[in-house]
Amino acid sequence: MSSDAMAIRAAEASGKPWVETLHEWVTTVDHKRLGILYIVFALIFLIIGGVEATVMRIQLMRPHNGFVSPQVFNRLFTMHGTTMIFFVAMPVLFGFANYLVPLMIGARDMAFPRLNAFSFWLTAFGGFLLYFSFVGGSGLYGAGNAPDVGWWAYAPLTARAFSPGHSSDYWTIAVLVSGFGSIGTAINIIATILCMRCPGMKLGRMPLLIWLNLVMSGMVLITITPLSAAQIMLLVDRYLGGHFFDTQAGGSAAIWMHFFWIFGHPEVYILIIPCFAFMSEIIPVFSRKPIFGYPVMVGATVCIGFVSMSVWAHHMFTIGMSSYSNAFFTLTSMVVGVPTGIKIFNWLGTMWGGKLIFKTPMLFCIGFLFQFLIAGLTGIMLAVSPFDWQLSGSYFVVAHFHYVIVGGILFSLFAAFYCWYPKITGRMLNEFLGKLHFWLFLIGFHMTFDVMHIPGILGMPRRIYTYEPGRGWDTLNLIVTIGTFIQGIAVLVFVTNLIYSYFKGPEAGNDPWDAWTLEWSVSSPPPEYNFATIPTVASRRPLWDRKHPEDPDSRYE
Amino acid sequence: MAIAAVLVILAGILLAAGLCAASPQTANPVPSIFEPHSTPAESIFHLSLFVLSITALIFLVVATLLTYAIVKFRNKEGDAQREPAQVYGSTQIELAWTVIPILIVVVLFLATARVIHAIQDAPKPGAAVEVTAIGHQFWWEFRYPVLGVVAANELHIPVSDPAHPTPTFLKLLSADTDHSFWVPQLAGKTDLIPNRINESWVEPHRTGLFLGQCAQYCGTQHAKMLLRVSVETPGAFQAWVNAQKQPAIQDEKEAAGGRVFETTACVNCHAISGTNATGRFGPDLTHLMSRDTIAAGAAENTKENLRLWIQNPDAIKPGSLMPAMQLTDADLDALVRYLETLK
Repeated sequence: MSSDAMAIRAAEASGKPWVETLHEWVTTVDHKRLGILYIVFALIFLIIGGVEATVMRIQLMRPHNGFVSPQVFNRLFTMHGTTMIFFVAMPVLFGFANYLVPLMIGARDMAFPRLNAFSFWLTAFGGFLLYFSFVGGSGLYGAGNAPDVGWWAYAPLTARAFSPGHSSDYWTIAVLVSGFGSIGTAINIIATILCMRCPGMKLGRMPLLIWLNLVMSGMVLITITPLSAAQIMLLVDRYLGGHFFDTQAGGSAAIWMHFFWIFGHPEVYILIIPCFAFMSEIIPVFSRKPIFGYPVMVGATVCIGFVSMSVWAHHMFTIGMSSYSNAFFTLTSMVVGVPTGIKIFNWLGTMWGGKLIFKTPMLFCIGFLFQFLIAGLTGIMLAVSPFDWQLSGSYFVVAHFHYVIVGGILFSLFAAFYCWYPKITGRMLNEFLGKLHFWLFLIGFHMTFDVMHIPGILGMPRRIYTYEPGRGWDTLNLIVTIGTFIQGIAVLVFVTNLIYSYFKGPEAGNDPWDAWTLEWSVSSPPPEYNFATIPTVASRRPLWDRKHPEDPDSRYE
Repeated sequence: MAIAAVLVILAGILLAAGLCAASPQTANPVPSIFEPHSTPAESIFHLSLFVLSITALIFLVVATLLTYAIVKFRNKEGDAQREPAQVYGSTQIELAWTVIPILIVVVLFLATARVIHAIQDAPKPGAAVEVTAIGHQFWWEFRYPVLGVVAANELHIPVSDPAHPTPTFLKLLSADTDHSFWVPQLAGKTDLIPNRINESWVEPHRTGLFLGQCAQYCGTQHAKMLLRVSVETPGAFQAWVNAQKQPAIQDEKEAAGGRVFETTACVNCHAISGTNATGRFGPDLTHLMSRDTIAAGAAENTKENLRLWIQNPDAIKPGSLMPAMQLTDADLDALVRYLETLK
């Protein structure tokens, strides 16, 4: 039973009016409730972003299709990208971090509970603001409503000459506001991890999920800052007569690209590192072995954190940089593959010789491993700058980063949902619906995103609302669209499972997976104060030590 | 499932190759990067084969190990209570799978650096054709500063003979937003960015028509900012240049249409040499009828399409910056007849 379910039932029992329950949720500073709010918020936006993707795929299913106008299509891909990155991926990962970090380090809340609430509501406000553009974006000009500048919003498309009305301003302010929310949460996670660990939990004994969220939060602090700076400069350009990016007055379009991508590339790692964190917790438990090479996993993550800050211009190989710049960013982009490869190998090492239990969370982990491997290898192709001159801006790139974001991030998120839903709600997710969800999503995913590489190789650029027949793209695009619908059905199965199991799922108990980290030592859902007495730990797997007093981990570390 | 994924990708590449295997004489409408016909695209193609084989090898090794682990170490019925041996790591193994990827990166980087240098730092031979390509919302302007030719949307260049190379060097500019020049079979893409001069070059080895399109989102009609490159024999190219350098034909029979052109807003955006139309915002129409397409490749250059384009551009290319001209039927017909004389 989740805390909201408890709240509702408690309210029913005590005859508390629903307004009061709502008030409790709106004013809450409890890290678990805020975590749930973040996750529910992200799931709602996931549905919205998914519908936008589906409409785009219907438009592209055949050449010269007239399902939507070019103006609407351009708004759709802008909103889809912005929504999925800023209002789905970031909040859902922050939600899990919020929920799990204090529980896994034996703390009773985050370091700054009220900053936590403030950050969530900033993010939520940003999301609502972005979508309010559908109503308010036209401004006095009767110009288009929702932003249509692409989620990178390259200058000078955002200059007032090319983007009249207010749609770009809604985009700018939504991203800026949610960015402040992200910075607040990042500060909170760092402070919590550094200051609130229970006795005995040295840095070297933290679960990998904690380590990885620490690195992720550090990266958020460093990279959201230039993004926010760029958004403010853009506002100055648009309203105070600045010329940072206004090419008609001597500004530089390339400076915006640098500002955006020095955020944008580390952002990919900001999103994937918490997913590595899920992998590093789920794979060991479902392989019945400790993580292979813990110190190397920590080192590789920190290494990714640093190297990923110096690869951003591989998004800009086509803008005419010098051959030395192109060579430099080729090298750094390839180097970041090394620690990432080490991680895949260490997960493989964890599974090797284990006893793999193929419950739904593990199935999604296996899917993640294969798909992230392929995404990494197409990433190597894109790092080869001459190859990138062909592939950049084509559907190959779209397929590549969806392989990362859907095949990697979303698969690991599904794994995390199936793994921690019992802890959050107190009830198990239905295993049959879970497996159905997995297989449907897997088929749909591969139909869509494997096939999508090929039109890119055949010269199809991204962000086009229609295309000419006879270029070899027609059938491929139809297959891609069909795959989208299969994924949509799979997500419906998932949502059904979330709702059905919430009421009908079997009771989970404290520790349904026989796991080893502290969150499984408390009841499901955890009490408001988390731990009646603050635990003391002696190893990386405190619950293993408790379950196997004859052979504790602490003996080997 | 990952094996299936790779099979699908491979099948797709084969399909792509099959689509590309059209007769070599006719223009191939599939602009595949794996069927290059020009020096930069060919060096990229060879590099990409090398990268593809290395990544395929990595995939095979890792996917095999993963599959083996999944099959071999799956939980058997009956020993649910026994935990496997708890292994915490192995320095030797971890060192191995750190060092091997580093070596692979070194090899890939060196191979890449060579191609970057070969393409980006290539010297411009004296016989090179110079073209300034200017990106506009949503069409291409091609100016040949040395030859004195101004064209739009359809680039004409000579084929390059390996003994006497005549590559084409492009100076890339933008009049408004970012665009990207991409003809996959000739070269990788390079962006056209306002306030910035970029360069690219192609050296085609066979004649024919090569298709491409704008590859950097540039606004509403980014999708219909198409590119056609006609690679011609030196003789045919010279003949094209000579024809393009002529002023517009003045056909007295269609003087009425000419008057419509010169007395309406047409002249604000379009130029026709030898007349008072000197607009720069839209394509130069001096030799309009020498082009196969109108509206940056969005429609064939036929009488009906010309008429429709002038009357209601949104019917062909919604959101293009060409306004509907609101002409009477008589004026419209006269204008189209006049435009048809601009050979």
